[in-house]
Amino acid sequence: MFSNDTVIHPLGSTSKEREPASYQWPAEGLAAIPDWIYTSEWIYDREMARIFHGKTWNFVALEAEVPHAGDFKRSYVGPTPVVVVRDEAGGVQVFENRCAHRGVEFCRHARGNTTEFVCPYHQWTYDLHGDLQGIPFKRGIKGEADSGMPADFNNKQHGLRKLNVECLHGVVFASFAEAMEPVAQYLGEEVLKDFAVVFKDRKLKILGYYRNELPGNWKLYQENLKDPYHATLLHSFLVTFGLMVAGSKTSMIADPTGRHGTMASRRPDDVSKVVDSNTAKEMRAYRTDLKLADTRFLEFIPEFNSPWTVTMQTIWPNMIVQRELNTLGVRQIVPNGPNSQIMIWTMFGYDTDTPEMTRHRLRQGNLMGPSGFLGLEDNEAIKFLQEGVRRSPSDRGVLKLGGKSEGTGGIISESAIRAMYRSYREVMEL
Amino acid sequence: MKIAGYEQQPVDARLAREARWDVEEFHAAYCQLLDLGDIEQWADFFTTDCLYIITARENAEADLPVGLVYAEGRDMIRDRAFAVRHTQMFAPRYLQHFVSNVLILAVAGNEIRAQSNYQLLQTLVEGPTTLLQAGRYYDTFWRENGRLLIEERRCIYDTTLIANDLVLPV
Ligand SMILES: [Fe+2]
Repeated sequence: MFSNDTVIHPLGSTSKEREPASYQWPAEGLAAIPDWIYTSEWIYDREMARIFHGKTWNFVALEAEVPHAGDFKRSYVGPTPVVVVRDEAGGVQVFENRCAHRGVEFCRHARGNTTEFVCPYHQWTYDLHGDLQGIPFKRGIKGEADSGMPADFNNKQHGLRKLNVECLHGVVFASFAEAMEPVAQYLGEEVLKDFAVVFKDRKLKILGYYRNELPGNWKLYQENLKDPYHATLLHSFLVTFGLMVAGSKTSMIADPTGRHGTMASRRPDDVSKVVDSNTAKEMRAYRTDLKLADTRFLEFIPEFNSPWTVTMQTIWPNMIVQRELNTLGVRQIVPNGPNSQIMIWTMFGYDTDTPEMTRHRLRQGNLMGPSGFLGLEDNEAIKFLQEGVRRSPSDRGVLKLGGKSEGTGGIISESAIRAMYRSYREVMEL
Repeated sequence: MKIAGYEQQPVDARLAREARWDVEEFHAAYCQLLDLGDIEQWADFFTTDCLYIITARENAEADLPVGLVYAEGRDMIRDRAFAVRHTQMFAPRYLQHFVSNVLILAVAGNEIRAQSNYQLLQTLVEGPTTLLQAGRYYDTFWRENGRLLIEERRCIYDTTLIANDLVLPV
């Protein structure tokens, strides 16, 4: 069921909406999260302006999706539709999917190849750089007064709105802000390291897409992967098969700003050796009765220069990089109002993969996505959280695990979430 | 959209009628089992070396191999059924399958190729009943001891944007 036809708390009845001046963060500081950051339209609008349309780099595409001149892809920066296109010189251009004339969202295909973009409404034509090439009847009709564009109309001033673009290791980022630091610097050394493990000097092979609407605030997905505590508790497949389990070698790495993170784990050779009976008792999801009839599914074929078998990276504000054993993918968060987000999953392998390796990745893909053994549980939990905060008179959540630490931390800690909200509060001035 | 191996072949009218009868019976039994929630017997509808894929039409049209669910062999079907029944966390729900427009594409010995439309209705607690998916089955059946088993099932859905998740089998 899509959130726009939900019967639970329909749109327009936002009981936690209040006067802007009264959005005061609770006195406990980062030990508490007020519900209104997930439910308020006013907060949402401010996030769009200050975060997604502000000084951030947003994931928009993988270069492998647009390999040839004229290849394009519909994408998003925040909730805003954009077009990503490979130009004739091999560069990547990103511009608003909004005709400069009347605002029509002109590009309707998810992907394709073209030599120009034509707005269907009045046939204004743009080149692969988003520059206005032609307007029908620009000079009007002969003999008709006040016909056509004024003589001083300059095509150069009426192109599509172009975004700042940078490609790093085959990943395309865009920003509405002009003065941005390079993406590598934006990510920071700690996060760049595991990002490079997946992308640097690799040619990707796109395996396909999943898309889902998730009826929860967009920040909940950023939190989810900065929350190793949940990973050891919610997901039977993670803990039982040692992908992320208390007792094994793990780390929740945050960049110095706290915006980005890497949840990293090294799978132990024998899970039962790291999970003692006390640890097992704490984890209901640790299921000794969960045994696979087909064990190929969770095999790990070493292919990375990294101490970790799993790295889940959150790149602020809209990207997840998934390296879960050999299943690889990126997720793009498209905020869709305070109570909803759209998630676009792009699954890939490498162009050097043998057909058997591709099939291995496809089999292992059952962990992820809206039907994945991990993916669907997160979608459910986030939906439940959103429903919980929308309708109760209680007004805050608790974030005390791991004390007051903020940043890189252990597995039973909410340190990385606190670091994210420290940075969030600065940008949002909350 | 063209799915390789699922082109319409000339089929003898009598064979086509028989095959249609068997395929419709199969759909009814399969849907009945899943709709009533007996997911642990789901694997019994498949051959040992079956292939079962659920994917968006977007992927099928672009020839992208990913599966929302991708099971190679009946053991993977069993593993999924066990997980959904015993370990996965999700809100309670009912699913109803409606299958129609059965086309018999080919009949060769014990093998039948067929295409059918499906609709999946989902009901969540305190929610309306909603259309979760509109899609098509591309099936290869194998007749064994008078009974059809799925050798290959490709569930290709038009509903590209999934409403949160797809938990129960299609
Ligand atoms: Fe999770």
